[in-house]
Amino acid sequence: MGNVLENLNPDSFTKDTVFINSLENLINLTRANSVWPLTFGLACCAIEMMATGASKYDIDRFGSGPFRATPRQADLMIVAGTVTHKMAPRVKRLYDMMPEPKYVLAMGGCVIRGGPYVKYGYHVVKGVDLIVPVDVYVPGCPPRPEALLEGIFKIQKLMMREKIGDRARKSTKPEVYQPA
Amino acid sequence: MPPNQALSQEEIVQRIKDRFGNAVTGAGAHGGQSHVVVKREEIIPILTFLKNDRELQFDFLADVTIVDHLYLEVPDLPERFAVVYSLASMGCGHRFRVKAAVPESDPRLDSACALWKAALWGEREAHDMFGIEFTGNPDLRRLLMPADYNGFPLRKDYPLRGRGERESFQQYRRGAD
Ligand code: SF4
Repeated sequence: MGNVLENLNPDSFTKDTVFINSLENLINLTRANSVWPLTFGLACCAIEMMATGASKYDIDRFGSGPFRATPRQADLMIVAGTVTHKMAPRVKRLYDMMPEPKYVLAMGGCVIRGGPYVKYGYHVVKGVDLIVPVDVYVPGCPPRPEALLEGIFKIQKLMMREKIGDRARKSTKPEVYQPA
Repeated sequence: MPPNQALSQEEIVQRIKDRFGNAVTGAGAHGGQSHVVVKREEIIPILTFLKNDRELQFDFLADVTIVDHLYLEVPDLPERFAVVYSLASMGCGHRFRVKAAVPESDPRLDSACALWKAALWGEREAHDMFGIEFTGNPDLRRLLMPADYNGFPLRKDYPLRGRGERESFQQYRRGAD
């Protein structure tokens, strides 16, 4: 940011483009460094998510400390744990309730592809990406806290690429896929 | 005998046999705990007796669960299902199990909801997983599976790989990006 401002030709302030670009950077910077995740512990992976939030790994260092208990205040849905068929409509609904722009981080094998239940589970949705669009996958069973932090860094990178005029980019209703 | 004193498992079996000799079709023990197998028509009188008897006082229903004997030969339990009531007495400190034999052709049993409120959810779960109808349970919806789920997944003849839950799941995809 600093460099951008120093190198500016004062005349160019009159031009919209420069101003919009730096404002966009500023907004993205603030957003990316205060990612508020939605509390979404569904199974054992949630324990590791809690460990990430606790003092040893301290997710607060990166501004992601406040786990929100309401989707209205959340930017990021960390789906941690097994998504069962019964839970699936609720996951979808909470995702729909989050304000744009929103991100989904799939944490753990269960959420990515069914995990240990991939073959013989009658009750597990084989991947949360069948229900909601996923931005970052963090594999593991469960992933270590460092891996979850790395996933959040990836989310931050995605946030730095946001465009102001493009905030509703992801709100296009997902098409319903009917298997043949 | 003073009340609030733990009875041995044999004494409990004996008390039930003395009172309901015709209804008890078998008895056994596992892990230091005995059980009796009873005819399903008599399950409510027997459970009522166990709860209200002054020396038994089974005031706590720990669990309602089901055993599926599809590929098993059990001598004193010829029917396919056994509904197992795990009882405990807070006052006396003893525990006991009662099994009711339920045939596959007519999977029905009288509900124990009137005796213990805990039976409400225990029977819902048992119904959800094994498809036993508990007549008299006021709220026999599915507990763990979605309401539109077909079949009873813990029955031994339910296919291991499921009945196409994976393929028939309605998927949502990300919109044009
Ligand atoms: S991926 Fe492993 S640790 Fe995570 S919810 Fe599934 S079974 Fe539990």
